[in-house]
Amino acid sequence: MNYSIALNTILVKEVRRFMRIWPQTLLPPAITTALYFLIFGKLIGDRIGPVNGATYMDYIVPGVILMSVINHSYSNVVSSFYSTKFQHHIEELLVAPVANWVILAGYIGGGIVRGIVVGIVVATISMLFSAITLQHPAIAAAMLVLTATLFSLAGFINAVFADSFDDISIIPNFILTPLSYLGGVFYSVSMLPGYWPMISLGNPILYMVNAFRYGFIGITDIDISLAFGMVSGFIVLLTVFSLFLLHRGTGIKT
Amino acid sequence: MSGFEMKALSIHNLRKTYANGFEALKGISLDVEAGDFFALLGPNGAGKSTTIGIISSLVNASSGSVSIFGHDLQRQRELAKTFIGVMPQEINFNQFETVKNIILTQAGYYGIPRKLALQRTEHCLKQMQLWDKRDQVSRRLSGGMKRRVMIARALVHAPKLLILDEPTAGVDIEIRRAMWEVLKEVNEQGTTIILTTHYLEEAESLCRNIAIINNGEIVEHSNMASLLSRLHINHFILDIAESLQQAPVIDGFEIEWLNEKTLDVSVPKELGLNKLFAELSNRAITVVSLKNKSNRLEQLFLDLVGTSHAESGS
Repeated sequence: MNYSIALNTILVKEVRRFMRIWPQTLLPPAITTALYFLIFGKLIGDRIGPVNGATYMDYIVPGVILMSVINHSYSNVVSSFYSTKFQHHIEELLVAPVANWVILAGYIGGGIVRGIVVGIVVATISMLFSAITLQHPAIAAAMLVLTATLFSLAGFINAVFADSFDDISIIPNFILTPLSYLGGVFYSVSMLPGYWPMISLGNPILYMVNAFRYGFIGITDIDISLAFGMVSGFIVLLTVFSLFLLHRGTGIKT
Repeated sequence: MSGFEMKALSIHNLRKTYANGFEALKGISLDVEAGDFFALLGPNGAGKSTTIGIISSLVNASSGSVSIFGHDLQRQRELAKTFIGVMPQEINFNQFETVKNIILTQAGYYGIPRKLALQRTEHCLKQMQLWDKRDQVSRRLSGGMKRRVMIARALVHAPKLLILDEPTAGVDIEIRRAMWEVLKEVNEQGTTIILTTHYLEEAESLCRNIAIINNGEIVEHSNMASLLSRLHINHFILDIAESLQQAPVIDGFEIEWLNEKTLDVSVPKELGLNKLFAELSNRAITVVSLKNKSNRLEQLFLDLVGTSHAESGS
């Protein structure tokens, strides 16, 4: 069976959804990150001085971009797939001859596109504050796509298990946001006291932020091959788990 | 095996027990011939929607098998699904989407190329008298229109088996009759239709074969004509010209006085209406008009479901 039309249908539907509601999906990251750059990067950053050889503004730009990508790829899939469940139009997909991997690829694809679009929006805003250039564009692009993929998958799994709108806000608010802020977006782990640098190594977002920052300014606190290996490993793991959930019909079939 | 001999739907020993322990289906078996217009009836909670849910892949069966045009739903799920179009009981499309996009998206899920999908969408929306609403956001449609959108969506990939779960619920009588004509036409063009409805008049006028499900079991599975022929007593309401203060007594007939101009009469099949009219005429009672007290299928349905309840209660 040829699945390309079904896959394209889901993907186009997902992209149209977030583009149609751009004041909710694309405008907020532009405003929030402009404030980050203005307050942390400019007003406070000017007093902090260079971090690992880069200006504080240049140092935080990659992390702020990736933090937005993480939040938006996650929230795109979790809210879209949960709404599909909530309004029962997931049934349109379940009755049709669409393979589980096509359903998954369509929704994850939507999350990746949203992540990339938000990434471009935030990078464009950053150009108002910083003259940062890409030193290793392939590394930055690869980490952007892999991160968007990973958090789209995480959002999908959250949506599968969610039974209420509360369930889709708990993980972003209480897990994702703290991990992002503590993932080296605004500081280098080498600046942390005592055991905190070691403890920070348990935060996967630290690896992604550092690899992405390396793509921009060539500076990293960790080994970027380890970052790529870890993100790829998580992607494989979450993909297999997502397909297993779809096969069982968890959260979508009775 | 020729297409005519092939079963559109074959269910064997299908069971479903929900996580809370409720046994919705207790091993039902059912065959629907290709080209049939088939009624699946039953009271609320009997197991109709669970059965349709399993056929539509929305509910996981506990055990048993389902095959669609010879393709096992478990082993050849995607192939089997290509034959089915489903219109569910509850509204289940994206209410923020336009009517046209709902149908086009469903066509896309079935792998229909865009150009053909546009043609099929136009055809189905015109068939359901919704073409002028194509660009309207679906949540602004009336309840009846929303149901017709779901029928159009179920038809867009030209399914060989169309399953309609209460398609005319909440639809006014004029639109309902127009929908019957469309469904008859779709059936005449070769599509097998399985219909569940609470309007038994609808089932009686449209369907050739019938199954009645109650408490998760099939309590009747037969031809509509032969089922109706089993009705031994017909109930009529008679309007009479004279004013009566009490019901006349006629051997073999049970007559109830409703008011001075109206009688409720039970007519055994072996005696018939001619005998009743003759007896009333002998008593100088003139019948002005008569009507069935209830739909014939409704009487049988209540008898069968009532019997089943009594058996399960004993």
